[in-house]
Formats: sequence, C-alpha cells, structure tokens
Amino acid sequence: MTVKTINETISTIKEINPEKIRKLFPILNQEINGKPFIYFDNAATTQKPLRVINAINAYYMGYNANIHRGIHTLAEKATATFEETRSMVRSFLNASSKEEIIFTYGTTDSINLVAQSFGRKFLQQGDEILISTMEHHSNIVPWQMICEEKGAHLKILPINEKGELLMDEFDELLSSKTKLVSIVHVSNSLGTINPVKEIIEKAHQTGARVLLDGAQAAAHLPLDVQELDCDFYALSSHKMFGPTGVGVLYGKNELLNEMPPYRGGGEMIREVTFEKTSYNDLPFKFEAGTPNIADVIGFRSAIEFINEISKPGMLKYEKALLGYAHEQLEKIDGLKIIGTAKEKLSVVSFILNDIHAFDIGVLLDAAGIAIRTGHHCTQPLMARFGIEGTARASFSVYNTFEEIDKLVESLHRIIKIKRK
Amino acid sequence: MSDKSINQIQEEIIKEFSILGDDMESTIFYIMELGNKLEPLEEQYKIESNLIKGCQSKVWLKADMKDHNLFLKADSNTDITKGLISLLIRTLSTQPLDEIIHADLYFIDKIGMQKVIGSQRSNGLISMIKQIKLYALAYKTKLQNQT
Repeated sequence: MTVKTINETISTIKEINPEKIRKLFPILNQEINGKPFIYFDNAATTQKPLRVINAINAYYMGYNANIHRGIHTLAEKATATFEETRSMVRSFLNASSKEEIIFTYGTTDSINLVAQSFGRKFLQQGDEILISTMEHHSNIVPWQMICEEKGAHLKILPINEKGELLMDEFDELLSSKTKLVSIVHVSNSLGTINPVKEIIEKAHQTGARVLLDGAQAAAHLPLDVQELDCDFYALSSHKMFGPTGVGVLYGKNELLNEMPPYRGGGEMIREVTFEKTSYNDLPFKFEAGTPNIADVIGFRSAIEFINEISKPGMLKYEKALLGYAHEQLEKIDGLKIIGTAKEKLSVVSFILNDIHAFDIGVLLDAAGIAIRTGHHCTQPLMARFGIEGTARASFSVYNTFEEIDKLVESLHRIIKIKRK
Repeated sequence: MSDKSINQIQEEIIKEFSILGDDMESTIFYIMELGNKLEPLEEQYKIESNLIKGCQSKVWLKADMKDHNLFLKADSNTDITKGLISLLIRTLSTQPLDEIIHADLYFIDKIGMQKVIGSQRSNGLISMIKQIKLYALAYKTKLQNQT
C-alpha cells in the first residue's frame, strides 16, 4: 500500500469501525470447517444485522396481521409499519412521492414487472430495447420474452477489455426505435460503475425510457432518482442487509399511471364485478395479493442501519478494501483480474491460469472463506471475455483488510499445492 | 474384469478416507491427487455426445462393453471433479453390467463426500452416476436383444 492509501485508510477506519460493525452481525461470529468465517459473497447477498432479524421477530411475535383493510389494532400497526418502510424507501431514493415506490419480490421481479407492463403497453413490432453485454440474466431474459411476444428487437451495447461500456457505440445504437434502455448501474460480475447519468440524458434525447438495475448499487452508492432522472430503478432488499423476498421498483408517477397492472388479485382492485374490474391507485395496482409484510418490515430496519452507518463512509471504506484487494491479488503470479474499470465498486473477479474457479471455491470454503464461482448469471459477459466463469470476492462494510490478507494467503497455499 | 466386487472396493475407499480424519482441506487435496492419477481420456473423446454438464464443471464420460463388463474412461475440467470421477471409475469400471445397475454407492456418504460435492448443481457427479447406470442398462438391453 502507498503512504497515501494508508493515510486514507486510517482516516476511513476512524469513521467506519469494522470491528464494532461486525458485532451487529451475529452470523459472522462462527467457524466454518474449523476456521474463522470470512464472508466475501456480499454481491450475492449481504448478511443481516441483528436489528433486521429482531424486527421480523417482533412483527411475528407482536403484531402479525394482514395489512391495508383490517380495522383492528394489530392490522393498523402492521399497515403503519409496512407503509413507513415505503416512506423510508422514498426518502432513501429521493423519489418525489411514495406512490412511486412499488414493493416487489426482488430486482428480478421488478424488471419483469416493467417488461410485462411497460412492454405490453408501449412496445410495437420493430421497436428496440437496448441492454449491454454486462447484464445479469435477469436483465436479459425478461426482455427476450417480451421482444419475442411483440416482435421487438434486443440491441446490445458492447464493452471494452476493462469491462467499461463503449459509450461511442451507445450513440450509434440509440434511435427513434429505442423504446427502453435497461442497464445495470453496477455490474455484479465486474464491479463496473456505469455512467448512468450520461446514458439517461442521451436516451431521453431520443425519447427512450431508462431502467436502471440497481441490485448491486443500492447498498453502496448515494442515490437520487430525481437527480438521475431515471424512469425506473430496481433493487433488492437482501443485497442491502435486508431480508430476501423483498424488492423495490421505483417508477415515475406519470409513467406508472399509464402502465396497466400485470398481476391480478386482491389489493390491486378498486371494485370487482364479473362484468368489469376497476383498478386501485398507485402503488397498490402493482401489488396484487398479500405482500411479504414481515420482510418489508425487516427491510425498514436495514435502511435504518445503512442510514446510521452513512453511505458515504461505507463507500469510502469499501473502496479502500477494494483497492487493497486489487493491489494484493495482482501480485499473485498467474492471477488475472476480470473487470478493471476506472469506476469500480467492491467486487473483484479473477481467474488463476491453471486452476478452475470451482476448485478455488471449494478449497477456499475448506479454509472458511466464502466466495462465489462460476458465471454469476452473466453468461454473455463471460463469453465476451472468452472464459467460462470467474472466482469472485465481493466486499461489504463488515469485511476487514486482515480478511483480504487471509484470502491472499489461502490462494498462495492452493497454488503451491496445485503446482507441487 | 475386476478381481474385487463393487462393495469390496467401496470398503477400501472408506478405509483410506478414514485415515484423513475430519480435516476438509486434506480430504479435498487427497481427492485432487486422485484426480491427477486418473488415466487420461483421449482428446478425440472429449466431444459433446460424451459430455455431462454440471453447473460449473464439465465431465466427459466414455463407456464401452466387453464380455458383459462395462469399461469406463472419463475426464473433467476441474481437479476436484476429476478426483471424484476417479473414485467412481475405480469402483465401477470393469464390473459386470448387472452389478453396476444394482450398485448402491454408499461410500459417497460414508466418506463425507456430500460436503465436498455441495449442491447437486455444482458438479456433474450425481448426473455421472446416473449416466454410468444408464450405459450399463443400455448395453444390457442390447445384449438381450441380440439373443
């Protein structure tokens, strides 16, 4: 580490105290295969602080009730807490109103909602949807499905060797046929932070709408959907210290109002007769059926946690971790980092020339270190780099520099044994 | 043909692994070592029709029959899977078709392999056992049709 990085790191650690933060996550205090547990699979899902677990527990122990139409005390309390979460998400994203916050079951579900509802309403034969090479399968397959149904086409924005979008080609690909640009804010496989502001501005000039897949970004980057001016933003609670099974779709009010509901059921109606049904207002028209109440309430505590730790502090600390991981991993003979974008966040994907990622993953697990291996649900991206998959370590605010040292030590050990 | 039965070989494997104890790392390194000793499968047989795809690893399996016995050769792109394959080949290759079809491969559980294998999607081991049994069954049917 350079003196400058050391100084920056020391000042960050003063703001972020990982040891103190670790104590808030009960799961981290255990041994795996007889070794202290090191969790480097945060891009897949983050661990949950005790307050999130307690919030879910408190709901089931104290005020479990179905929300929105109940008039009894517990139903009122459950509804109020559920709707408080919506207000917190609104302020977390700086959306202009809470009607723009739709609870879904995750980012995948949010994207499917837009594909099915926006797609059915606005897509016509010959229209185009623009995505990029680095998209997660959940930002590819829903568009393939609706394109096939509507006779529309999927266009792909390529990337360079570092894993950055080729923005010159973006201008070429955008046209009056482009109805929607759906781009990942931060890549789950590469960590690349995409120039979303520029993408949105350019797309709007041609009249295209923009959806950002914020699954990897939401826990790390400061977010302001009004300033970004994106049309949709999708995120998952479980990648933000919250429970699984909860996601959010932010959409601009006027756009959501124009879009038809795509799931029918309770909650989303105003009046039902066998002849005709009229739909409820936003956001309820997109929330058919009883939602995942307990986990939405748990999500509220996760947002509180992020707000208390403070996003800028976390971001600074995670960037220091990433910088250190890059420095240390690059020193390993035969190791190649996949994804070296200038703007990058808390994910380091790598390959080791003669050791398969699967073997690395199993051996690191034996050493108590959890990473992810494989294609990370981005097969077209892996094909772009001519590889089958990578080993991926992804960091969060409770990880430490010492844990990165242990990862590097373990990798050296694996290499030594393999080459024996 | 093998001079030992499937179960005799399974018992041998269980005994070998018991020496390694509970240490996960040594168990995996041992499996990888076994993989390195596996007789290689010739490149011309590493083709799509011999491929068993796991989520993360690939296995190529070639099965031939001679005198009612099945002869197996295989390879994988990951060292750990290769080691697991070598155990299957050691247990099943050169055994009679009927024995293979009815084999209960209890050694996999006994040597704690489930922990190494992880979920069934991660590698082709489970599919590979199924595939070997299918080969044995197919060859048996072929023989029956000839008589």
